[in-house]
Amino acid sequence: MEITVAEALVRCLEMEDVDLVFGYPGGSILPVYDALYNSENIKHILTRHEQGAAHAASGYSRATGKVAVCMSTSGPGATNLVTGIANAYMDSIPMVCITGQVSTLQVGTDAFQEVDITGITMPIVKHSYLLKDPKQLPSVIKKAFHIASTGRPGPVVIDLPRDVQDVKINFEYPKQTELSGYNPTYKGHPSQVAKAAKLIKNSKRPVIYAGGGVINSGASETLLQLAETISAPVVNTLMGLGTIPGDHPLSLGMLGLHGARYANLAVTNCDLLIAVGARFDDRVTGKIAAFAPDAEVIHIDIDPAEIGKNVISHLPIVGDTKTVLQALLKKIEPQENKGWFEQVQNWKKEHPITYSRRTENLKPQRVVERVYQYTNGQSVVATDVGQHQMWAVQYYKFNRPRGLVTSGGLGCMGFGLPGAIGAQIGRPNESVVLISGDGSFQMSMNELATAAEQNLPLKIFILNNHRLGMVRQLQEFYCDKRYMAVDFQFNLDFAALAELYGMRGYKVTSEDELEEVLPKVFDQPGAVIVNCLIDEQENVMPMVRAGKGIGE
Amino acid sequence: MLHTVAVLVENNPGVLARVAGLFSRRGFNIDSLAVGRTDDPAISRMTIVVEGDHRTLEQVTKQLHKLVDVIKINDITEEAHVERELVMIKVIADRTTKLEIMQIADVFRAKIVDFGPKTLTLEATGTEDKVNALEEALRPYSIKELMRTGKIAMLRGAKYTSLK
Ligand SMILES: Cc1ncc(C[n+]2csc(CCOP(=O)(O)OP(=O)(O)O)c2C)c(N)n1
Repeated sequence: MEITVAEALVRCLEMEDVDLVFGYPGGSILPVYDALYNSENIKHILTRHEQGAAHAASGYSRATGKVAVCMSTSGPGATNLVTGIANAYMDSIPMVCITGQVSTLQVGTDAFQEVDITGITMPIVKHSYLLKDPKQLPSVIKKAFHIASTGRPGPVVIDLPRDVQDVKINFEYPKQTELSGYNPTYKGHPSQVAKAAKLIKNSKRPVIYAGGGVINSGASETLLQLAETISAPVVNTLMGLGTIPGDHPLSLGMLGLHGARYANLAVTNCDLLIAVGARFDDRVTGKIAAFAPDAEVIHIDIDPAEIGKNVISHLPIVGDTKTVLQALLKKIEPQENKGWFEQVQNWKKEHPITYSRRTENLKPQRVVERVYQYTNGQSVVATDVGQHQMWAVQYYKFNRPRGLVTSGGLGCMGFGLPGAIGAQIGRPNESVVLISGDGSFQMSMNELATAAEQNLPLKIFILNNHRLGMVRQLQEFYCDKRYMAVDFQFNLDFAALAELYGMRGYKVTSEDELEEVLPKVFDQPGAVIVNCLIDEQENVMPMVRAGKGIGE
Repeated sequence: MLHTVAVLVENNPGVLARVAGLFSRRGFNIDSLAVGRTDDPAISRMTIVVEGDHRTLEQVTKQLHKLVDVIKINDITEEAHVERELVMIKVIADRTTKLEIMQIADVFRAKIVDFGPKTLTLEATGTEDKVNALEEALRPYSIKELMRTGKIAMLRGAKYTSLK
């Protein structure tokens, strides 16, 4: 049967079990939206900005593990997606982004709303297609989903010229894809796995360093099994939080720049570092030479290019983290490492993550701590970027994978609200909390309309310090307190804003008020914004100084 | 150190931009890059000469592999291989120097491909060293233009980079 490319696209998406797309329409993608009109299976979420659509798709994928789809028109619609695509790329999030393009004959003529989006996004996509041959549509979509979701996941862009969308083609969805240049390795090399088992056996002070790759591969349980079998404490990257329950005795939380002192001490003193689905980012390692200086490094990752990129590993294992860990588990025996375990527990006692509650002011850490307690650690927590993000991950213990939805690699302010929207849509029956800052929130607060329109019961806490706290903290330490462009002169009543969107709004300025408001927030079904006026001087601690090793 | 890398790629639009973009984005230095189709028109072959130590080369190779359009990569620097480069050189020549230049061409087995009233254009193929030497030899004669194709290279004997 002959159908248009636009109709075929919708059929392809249905074949890929897509029931949801985030997007924003426009002239160059008109036929696709027209085809969506007829689809009973695909719901379209209209955001208020294309960046919101990309971030919401990314939040949806982060919370569910599914491939998310976002779409926009050509030109400004497409460029508005770019930050969201970069954000997904940096955190290895599977996404398919469909952009309209001017008609093939106009491509290259600087036509109205023409931009070269495949060119612009080239360094921030896993792959991209500019579809010129209408017949190729089904196979391109098949490939796009395959590429986005397999191996190391990532975003794929498909640019669809306007005239191509209207061409009729004979629709048949391919069962398989053929990509001679794309063949991710899943199974770890057996001899490497055997060597790893030997290194583990000989180690007395092992540490597992687990990142987002563990979550992507669904390897959290396997990782926990490994940790428990060899009694190895686990440190997490920001993206890896939740791979081991945050309240587990072997969990040391986040390492690195704002990581727990005990996590950094464990890494600095270990004799074996087992890196799993992590990439030795500079926020994690600090001064490379002082990172795990006494350790042999086993590096397990599906992306061979990560191995040896930042840190030389003694034993690389390329493969899917879950598959490799399962193979490894078969080769190892229980280990106690008693002295090491006690040493680590002592560090935990000596250097806890704390804050001072003595002042009159409401401490941001207290807000997060109470939200954690109030939700029994069961909420999905989305964050923006800044101090509040660090407090969120220091004081909320993530007890399961995909419990944290945050912008890691890109550190992208404005991700929080749309990210939370995507997460709540993906997990409609769960509590989703957004912890944001007044700066970040104002970058995307237009998406409150989307949340209201979709009736999403988001619980939004704005840790409001009337400033760009994280940058101010940097200026305090590195610019001699010469504060430049970090204090807001105009401040907004976020509680009143909530009312405008038909949500509840509260302002809290003290611990007592916080206690009063918490039940009101969580014991009613609707969306809430809590404007928390926190201690404006508060800094994120601990903090490894620039150029220093994380153990110093 | 310079490495010679043979790369097979799908002959898709944008593939050259992807490869070139990767090099600039990751801070790898391309010394030369030659590209053309193979006997299979769907597949192109690039010969990339890239500067860097072993660790850089490892990254180059791995990052190239991540490009979906890249099918196969061979660092052939340390293996026995044949390499050639084509050069065209236009030199200013009057009646007296023409003869000298033609003698130089003879020595390097270069061909005269254009004989103008005031210029001679030479074409030569050979290894990079030979082409360099020819350039040096002609330098005293006022070179008007010179262009090189960049190196292409192939493994010797039974070894190959193709997919067969
Ligand atoms: C899009 C973007 N622009 C700029 C930055 C740099 N930046 C990092 S944190 C920060 C301040 C964040 O302020 P706010 O959201 O109020 O959070 P706070 O640090 O005060 O908790 C800025 C400007 C960024 N990460 N992202």
